Amino acid sequence: MAIQLTINDQLHHLDVAPDTPLLWVIRDQLELTGTKFGCGVASCGACTVHLNGTPIRSCVTPISVAAGGEIRTVEGLEGSGDPIAEAVQQAWGEKDVVQCGYCQSGQIMSAVGLLKETPNPSDEQIDSYMSGNVCRCATYVRVKDAIKTASDKLEG
Amino acid sequence: MSVAISRRNFLKAGASGAAVLLVGINPRGALAAGQQSTEFNPFVRIDADGMVTVIIKHFEMGQGTTTGLTTLVAEELDADWSRVKPQFAPSDNAKYKNLAFGSQGTGGSTAIANSFMQYRQAGAAARELLVKAAARVWQVAPQQIRVEKGVLSAGNHRGSFGDFVELAAGMEPNPEPILKSPEQFQLIGKQKLPRKDSKAKTNGSARFAMDVKLPGMRYVVILRAPKFGGKLIDFDASQATKISGFVDAKALPNAAGVAVYAENTWAALQARNAIQAQWDLSGAEQRSSDQLVADHRAVNQSPQHQAKSDGTEQVAALVDAAPRRIEAEFSFPFLAHAPMEPLVCVFEPTANGVRVLDGCQFPAIAHGTIAAVLQLKPEQVEIETLYAGGSFGRRATPTADYHVEAALAYALLGQKLPVKLIWSREDDIRGGYYRPMAQHRASIGLDENGQIIGWDHRITAKSILIGSPFESVMVHNGIDHTTIEGVADSLYTLPKMSVGVTNFETPVPVLWWRSVGHTHNAYVIESLIDMLAHETERDPVELRLSLLDRSHKEQARLAGVIEAARDLADWKPGQKRGFAAHYSFNTFVAVVADVSADGDKVHVDKLHIAVDCGVAINPDVIRAQMEGGAGFGLGAVMRNAITLQDGEVVQSNFPDYQPLRMADMPAIEVRIVSSNEAPTGVGEPGVPPTGPAVANAIFAVTGKRILDLPMTNSGLSFV
Repeated sequence: MAIQLTINDQLHHLDVAPDTPLLWVIRDQLELTGTKFGCGVASCGACTVHLNGTPIRSCVTPISVAAGGEIRTVEGLEGSGDPIAEAVQQAWGEKDVVQCGYCQSGQIMSAVGLLKETPNPSDEQIDSYMSGNVCRCATYVRVKDAIKTASDKLEG
Repeated sequence: MSVAISRRNFLKAGASGAAVLLVGINPRGALAAGQQSTEFNPFVRIDADGMVTVIIKHFEMGQGTTTGLTTLVAEELDADWSRVKPQFAPSDNAKYKNLAFGSQGTGGSTAIANSFMQYRQAGAAARELLVKAAARVWQVAPQQIRVEKGVLSAGNHRGSFGDFVELAAGMEPNPEPILKSPEQFQLIGKQKLPRKDSKAKTNGSARFAMDVKLPGMRYVVILRAPKFGGKLIDFDASQATKISGFVDAKALPNAAGVAVYAENTWAALQARNAIQAQWDLSGAEQRSSDQLVADHRAVNQSPQHQAKSDGTEQVAALVDAAPRRIEAEFSFPFLAHAPMEPLVCVFEPTANGVRVLDGCQFPAIAHGTIAAVLQLKPEQVEIETLYAGGSFGRRATPTADYHVEAALAYALLGQKLPVKLIWSREDDIRGGYYRPMAQHRASIGLDENGQIIGWDHRITAKSILIGSPFESVMVHNGIDHTTIEGVADSLYTLPKMSVGVTNFETPVPVLWWRSVGHTHNAYVIESLIDMLAHETERDPVELRLSLLDRSHKEQARLAGVIEAARDLADWKPGQKRGFAAHYSFNTFVAVVADVSADGDKVHVDKLHIAVDCGVAINPDVIRAQMEGGAGFGLGAVMRNAITLQDGEVVQSNFPDYQPLRMADMPAIEVRIVSSNEAPTGVGEPGVPPTGPAVANAIFAVTGKRILDLPMTNSGLSFV
């Protein structure tokens, strides 16, 4: 099936089976490997990307659903001109959130989504919105801290 | 930042024409320097542009080694932190061995401890060479030269490291370079030194083995037996041929499964689902978890081995005769490591052998095993270490399990095409190599005054190390040290203690899991101490301190963290809080836990953690490891268990092996106890005391003593 997809502002013409998960198109075909495979069942959030500005789990999103849409991956945050993305990535560095780093692209994509929706989230709102993003290194204390830091900076 | 480089390019780099200074240690153990590194192992490389590269002999699974070892060199070199980068060492057992093991590999929280002097010496030797070279060029005495942030200066002279590398590379290094004294440290102990892997891991550019794609590469998944110990009889792949992208399916020659080859990951996963296989399960584990627990409990009554000099019978008699007793049985389930990046590695043919791209935890084992499976000479194998998406022990198996699978799959294609072996999350959760199931029974006899007069402790678990290459070092008289660590060698003064050990037999493969035997042993000891405090109406902190002898160095340091955690949390006797402390991997950690409960609904609110790990190299990394270790330990005791039903693993993915999530995570405050002792590990020691601190807090708040893990088995839920 011929599919058009805009990823990080670049248009791609692809020939893929319509039920192929977006994740594998992004990773294996387009080689944007910042988006990770963690569980394949939308249970860990490592595969989180934005579809038309909203975080989705790409591992369970058939390519046919994403067709014609605008996808943004972690690689497309830098230089996107999005102040929220910039603040989040900067806060991640300031707080040295990462450990193994494998889940962090997904954490960041979700955090950007959260701050777009709720610019000044409470602890409970962070807990709830970020509940789908697993970190086995348990960097959660710093993920939360970085989200608040980014929020303060944007509000400031 | 790229920390990956192939060994070939790495060794050639010095010969490319531009000047470079390499400093390391030669096979005779002496410092060596030069432009070429054919003989010695470079730890430090300084290029003509002044960029400093620190060669990291350990892998990075998030524990901060790339930052830690880089700090050691940069400190002694007086380098500019922004102009120093880490790069993983090639697999070379002779040149890059872990001094704690005698072979190249990472584990046991040893990376910083074994590298501390080596990397500082290499940095100091490089600095002295650069100073000597500058002194010669400038015609000044070396003592007149100052080095600061990568710049050498003397009077009006100024130059960067790069200006002197060529001259320095021709000089002999000082065999005993002068190291800084702790008060001279600029980087070691600095509260906030940015991690070296932070940026690459926040913009998607960090390269993991899961991210490797090579021209012509085949994606491989393995169809494995449904029960541990099963053997492949036959399979039918006719339905798989309908899957677009499916290439082939071949039986692994060791009958462990079917290798399914495809043009991409998704096709491989789908094709595997379409394959029917027959298995010989006659030698497989067929029991269910309830039966396994019962069998553990049964054999635990009559220990096979005794780890202490006071025998089981004698101590049991003392306890039986005691006027007061504390008795308890504890059950621990199998646990999966579940690193975020499922197991994966890539085999790529080279001109004369193979290159393996892997988040390689134990090159010494993987390298030799791969060579043996492929019938290659060790020098025909290279391993390029990439970032590992977590491990918690899983990437280091004595059998090199996933490397063997990948090697077999690669060999079945004639060693001609690149092959990428991928484990799905289901493969990971159901794939064995678990933290062993364990059963403890303790009977403690007390006199009228509540003093311990006998402690009869019995442990049954499958040995991790019997039958492995580590058996000769870590197993004595049938007792695997990892089964008893933290019990038989507890720092508390426990008079008349016996520790009976039984090695449980099951085909379920077991493995070290972040903090190994301490995962269950600390839980048991620290729960028992809490029970003892309750029974004798003593404050748990005061009781612990009374069991430690300050004239004994390790006991005094454990007492030190107990007091530090008490003070940090403002602990007062009679409060409804939990306390635990434990010594593991030469590091001391104490935890105060605060929980709240509404009936059986519990929330862990805050952990106050004190740690003594000797000299604190990177305080922020230490804090991060305490936070992460606590979270890792907490999630497991709360609700994680791998269970079997008629030999098959019940759980399959995160929905039923529910990991700790954001809302579960307590607030954490960490105090690092100041110390001038040699640095020790921090990757594991945060795990053991967290579970019992929380269990003791739950007892204080709810009156429920949790002996059967995970805690959800006792009817608790976590909100």
